Amino acid sequence: MGGLDLSFFSFDIISKFVLKGLYFSTELTIGSTIGGIVLGTLLALMRLSSSKTLSWIAVVYVNGMRSIPLVMVILWFFLLMPTLIGHSIGAETSAFITFIAFEAAFFSEIMRAGIQSISKGQVMAAQALGMTYAQNMKLVVLPQAFRNMLPVLLTQTIVLFQDTSLVYAIGAYDLLKGFVTAGKIYGRPEEAYLLATIVYFVICFSLSTWVKRIQARISIIR
Amino acid sequence: MSWDWQVFLNDDGSGRTYLEWIIQAWGWTLSVAACAWVLSVSIGFVVGTLRTFTKYSLAVMVGNIWVEVFRNIPILVQVFLWYFVLPTIFTSMQQWSGFVLVVLALGFFTSSRIAEQVKAGINALPKGQGMAALAMGLTPLQSYRYVILPMALRIILPPLTSESMNLLKNSSVAFAVSIPELTMFAMQAQEETSRGIEIYLAVTMLYAVSAFAVNRLMAALERHLQIPGTSSGNSKGTNGPGANANNTNTLPSIGGGH
Repeated sequence: MGGLDLSFFSFDIISKFVLKGLYFSTELTIGSTIGGIVLGTLLALMRLSSSKTLSWIAVVYVNGMRSIPLVMVILWFFLLMPTLIGHSIGAETSAFITFIAFEAAFFSEIMRAGIQSISKGQVMAAQALGMTYAQNMKLVVLPQAFRNMLPVLLTQTIVLFQDTSLVYAIGAYDLLKGFVTAGKIYGRPEEAYLLATIVYFVICFSLSTWVKRIQARISIIR
Repeated sequence: MSWDWQVFLNDDGSGRTYLEWIIQAWGWTLSVAACAWVLSVSIGFVVGTLRTFTKYSLAVMVGNIWVEVFRNIPILVQVFLWYFVLPTIFTSMQQWSGFVLVVLALGFFTSSRIAEQVKAGINALPKGQGMAALAMGLTPLQSYRYVILPMALRIILPPLTSESMNLLKNSSVAFAVSIPELTMFAMQAQEETSRGIEIYLAVTMLYAVSAFAVNRLMAALERHLQIPGTSSGNSKGTNGPGANANNTNTLPSIGGGH
């Protein structure tokens, strides 16, 4: 390939620059998936609740988050967090808070679809058995909603992993930044970008193949 | 903390006000998104159609590879790939402007998602439609052109609407290669003026307004294309959680009376 020389890339460089970034990207993905699903489920319950106020708050939050580019949300939190809590936080912490808040909006739409996929008869039956709202949700609705939506939730997690590369905007040290830094130090930015592309592709492609297999298995059970 | 909206009337040092600058930036965002939209819809329809030619395994394979490659690489990484890596390999690309490269990156990225929708839309049609077209003497190509694709287009309009809004939002990654669009403006003006909140609010409003405009445009297109007597395509072919946004029925009296 004309002009590209990948031979400079050694195990040494990978362990020095890339692994640290991969670790943060993974941490950010897993942390904000869990945080996002918890907050997203709460938002979905608010949206579906009989209280107009709660429902309205959830609608405004979810639609607001969904109409702004993620990069702008990342910039917003990075700008506002120090003023809100009084002292500056690192780009990494800011990224965590941003991703949980942002992805919650998307997970809440998935969980809402999941909750609505449970037939009303089940909810009524649970009520007839004397379950409280909390018991109904915890024992009947949410486990099934979660299970029905598992493939979609996992697909969203892969999207989330791809999105973590956008923390580039505030300079957090993620997988992409790891490659960029290595490329800068060794004067080989193009090769670093190419390797980043390959690594992201391998990770995302394997994950989405795995999700497809899970999806096939789940659809048989149902 | 007090507002200072007059910051938009300040000179940015090159003889234009921040107000003029943000409007130019808005223009960049809209042009990047519009060009990438045309590209992604064109490629998306071709690739999505290819993937339904089940008799030709090569066509299906090419389509599948296209979708997997462009869907499984983060958009920001793809922008870097187009901007830095490909011009090193293909030196003639070095003359292309950053605008063209970003449009290609966004267009190809989005085309993989649209191809997926097109394929789902075609597969959602009853098989009889294609067969009836063939029975009437249309060639396979004609049956796609006059029967299958027009129907599939109407089925996928709702998910295509949200993908178009995604494209507009994704255009913000162009900041990474210094296209002077809204996000780039936000970052630079925030630094220069230290009036981050006012700047970010204005930029966020412009994004929201643009996304809403895209939504209304697509709704108008949907009305315009609707065939009298058929459903508006809202019920079938829509996938993903956002598809049932109109369905706001709540759970039966849950939470009440306990």
